[in-house]
Amino acid sequence: MNLSKYLRAASIMAVSAAVAIGFSGAPGQAAPKKGGTLNFVVPDEPPSWDGHRETTFALIHPFAPFYSLLIKVNPENPSSPTDFVCDLCTEMPTPSDGGRTYTFKIKQGVKFHDGTPLTAQDVVASYNKIIFPPEGTTSARVAYFVMVDSVSAPDDHTVVFKLKYPSGAFIPALATPYNFIYSKAKLDQDIRWYEKNVMGSGPFKFAGREAGASVRGERNKDYHVSGQPYLDGFEAIFSSKQAVRVQAIRGDRAAIEFRGFPPKSRDDLVDALGKDITVQESDWNCVLLFTPNHKKKPFDDVRVRRALTLAVDRWGGSESLSRIAIVKAVGGVVFPGHPLAATKADLEQIPGFWPDINKSRAEAKRLLQEAGVSDLKFVLSNRAIDQPYTIVGTWLIDQWRQIGVTVEQKMEPTGPFYARLRSQEFDVTMDFNCQSVVNPLLDIGKFLSTDIGNESYGGYTDRDLDKIFEAMNRAPEEAEQRKLMRQFEKRVLDEQAHSFVTLWWNRIIPHRSYVKGWKISPSHYLNQDLANVWLDK
Amino acid sequence: MYQYILKRLLLMIPTLLGAALLVFLLLRLVPGDVCVLRMAGGAGYVDPKAIELCHAELGLDRSYVVQFLDFIWGFVRFDFGKSMWTGRPIVEEVALRFELSLQIAIMATLTAIMLAIPLGTISAVKQNTWIDYVVRAFSIAGIAMPSFWLGVLIILGLLITSKSLFGSPWMPPIKYVPLWVDPLYNLSMTIFPALATGYRYSAVATRMTRSALLEVLREDYVRTARAKGLVQKLIIRRHALGNALLPVVTIIGIEFAFLMGGLVVTEQVFNLNGLGKLFVASVTNHDYTMTQALVMLVAAIFVVTNFVVDIIYAWLDPRIRYK
Repeated sequence: MNLSKYLRAASIMAVSAAVAIGFSGAPGQAAPKKGGTLNFVVPDEPPSWDGHRETTFALIHPFAPFYSLLIKVNPENPSSPTDFVCDLCTEMPTPSDGGRTYTFKIKQGVKFHDGTPLTAQDVVASYNKIIFPPEGTTSARVAYFVMVDSVSAPDDHTVVFKLKYPSGAFIPALATPYNFIYSKAKLDQDIRWYEKNVMGSGPFKFAGREAGASVRGERNKDYHVSGQPYLDGFEAIFSSKQAVRVQAIRGDRAAIEFRGFPPKSRDDLVDALGKDITVQESDWNCVLLFTPNHKKKPFDDVRVRRALTLAVDRWGGSESLSRIAIVKAVGGVVFPGHPLAATKADLEQIPGFWPDINKSRAEAKRLLQEAGVSDLKFVLSNRAIDQPYTIVGTWLIDQWRQIGVTVEQKMEPTGPFYARLRSQEFDVTMDFNCQSVVNPLLDIGKFLSTDIGNESYGGYTDRDLDKIFEAMNRAPEEAEQRKLMRQFEKRVLDEQAHSFVTLWWNRIIPHRSYVKGWKISPSHYLNQDLANVWLDK
Repeated sequence: MYQYILKRLLLMIPTLLGAALLVFLLLRLVPGDVCVLRMAGGAGYVDPKAIELCHAELGLDRSYVVQFLDFIWGFVRFDFGKSMWTGRPIVEEVALRFELSLQIAIMATLTAIMLAIPLGTISAVKQNTWIDYVVRAFSIAGIAMPSFWLGVLIILGLLITSKSLFGSPWMPPIKYVPLWVDPLYNLSMTIFPALATGYRYSAVATRMTRSALLEVLREDYVRTARAKGLVQKLIIRRHALGNALLPVVTIIGIEFAFLMGGLVVTEQVFNLNGLGKLFVASVTNHDYTMTQALVMLVAAIFVVTNFVVDIIYAWLDPRIRYK
């Protein structure tokens, strides 16, 4: 390591350590200051403003501050995938009726930004729109709530969810950050009103928008959390070019970008700004996958599919790719930080995760020869986005080259790329699984049979796999869930070799050091209401 | 002259119709679906029924002929409809961007005119002297350097020099504020992209001014003027420059129209929320109505600019209007 690299690494570690200390509530931590406007950059503008319909961070970052949720990931501990707290409810409920009834008490005195009171009826109307969307509307998260039978409000301050069966996936689904609580009156007036309008009960009131340029919010003086928010307001500035966003932080035109920068940008900012920049990093609940098309020869042969995963050195790739791309953690189908995730020992039993890569590649060559395709050639369909798609795609090609497989990478913009996925006109495709609340019981729906999994593109039907998924979602105990999860993982990645995990993403947020109170989470969708953010300047 | 203007006006109609037909057909050839992109965010699953509903809502379930006629009828009434992506009126979505693009285009054009005409004239008059060489190098560099690259250099230069001079980095604002709200803030955002673009623009115009003037200076009537004993300044100003500027006017007109929709990369570099950025977004999102409206807007700007150029041409050179 030369001196400049050493200094850079040392400065990153020093800044990161300072952050870790700063955010762990070390003695002498300053009390939040009130005032100021937080400027942040957002890479994209959302199509509509309806959180129930959209799936993009471009909606969450500028619009989450306008809304309250029923429950949310603990803003003081957002890196925990299991710590949920009340937002509009008074306390987290204990399920009754054998785990099939959840009763929430709603805070009294909460007001929407137009001054009207927020009641249980608004919560019910919002969740009915999410879970049972009326004709003519689209809800992106219907599948999260398959276990819900009904939502009702026996009085103005009580909401009752009745489930068809007890499910460990329910509470995480409820905490999804897109589940904005809307006004029933507005929904009754026009069920699509929220696509173009804003009116919530969150920490900030909508203050204006300039098409394609920015969204502004101002402090909600009647916010239901006493003393918050600390900021006078915020301005979300849309900027699609990453270089511009990095320079904006460098030049203090913006203080932060909440999605994440690659390692090089982090290093450049730390080099240029020193103590004025703070870096927060986290494992990210996003993973790149590669999926062979089971309907196409020779990928209908499990030996060929298994050879493809055996060729990939995840452990070595993690070390080298994490220096240039936003990927790092090695894991199975479950987010590596979750209690249901495979341990390193579990993983090392699965092809593609074996500790000896030479043995792994020798086995891959043998399998290809046995299948009669030792000179295999195919096209890898990929999304034309540099971070991390192109980088990981190029790395995969090199991994496959080492077992004698020749691969051409075909990169397409998002629209044509997904059109190809849906029509299954590919040999092997890059794909991703990117979720908000870490909820493995539902997140792994990605790997189900094509006719069941909403975003499963491999073209396979595996009813045994689907049964394990079903059983896991109904299992009340974590130990049982964990056991079933290992069976599921083994079947997807090994026995049937349906679809493969590459590396989990690594979230890197370098921000101006005067931004305080915001804590990184394993998802760029979580902890974004800005209620606890303040500026130390 | 009136007949000439009328003829030019009538010629605009088939030009715009051709542009409309072309953009309509080409957009339908691009793979992808605005409904899938809008509802799935490019990744999620969407119920096919919801996609059908979306198609019906946007009128995409109708035949191409009906869709085209609807588009033309809307254009004739200056009603561009709503964006298929945001559902908001196109006029509302375009307004801010148009204002910004127009401002940058005007600033870049003024920069170009102020640089090109004097430099091109001096270069021609001082042909093959060191002044000519310097001007030629300046203009060739301007043509060779893409304006977005120059933009990046400007930003880096500002960051570095301001850091060393004032101790903190500075870059142009990335948030747009209209000129009449805060002129200083607005200019600090627009001046650098205008200079970067204007430099390239001026380089082209300088070359054109130089070569046109050199040609004119060799004409018989200039020689006659010299023979009459007129001083060089008077010959240039009164006799040569007017005629030499004819092709320069054309170049300036075309470049101005191009800038209205063609600043795509420069807008990305400076985070300008102009028409070019909107163009890219609408094509990427398969927002047919928005893309059609933008193409027609730019086509109309081109046609009108050409019309104005033709009029100026005819005014400068009476021979043209009588042909």
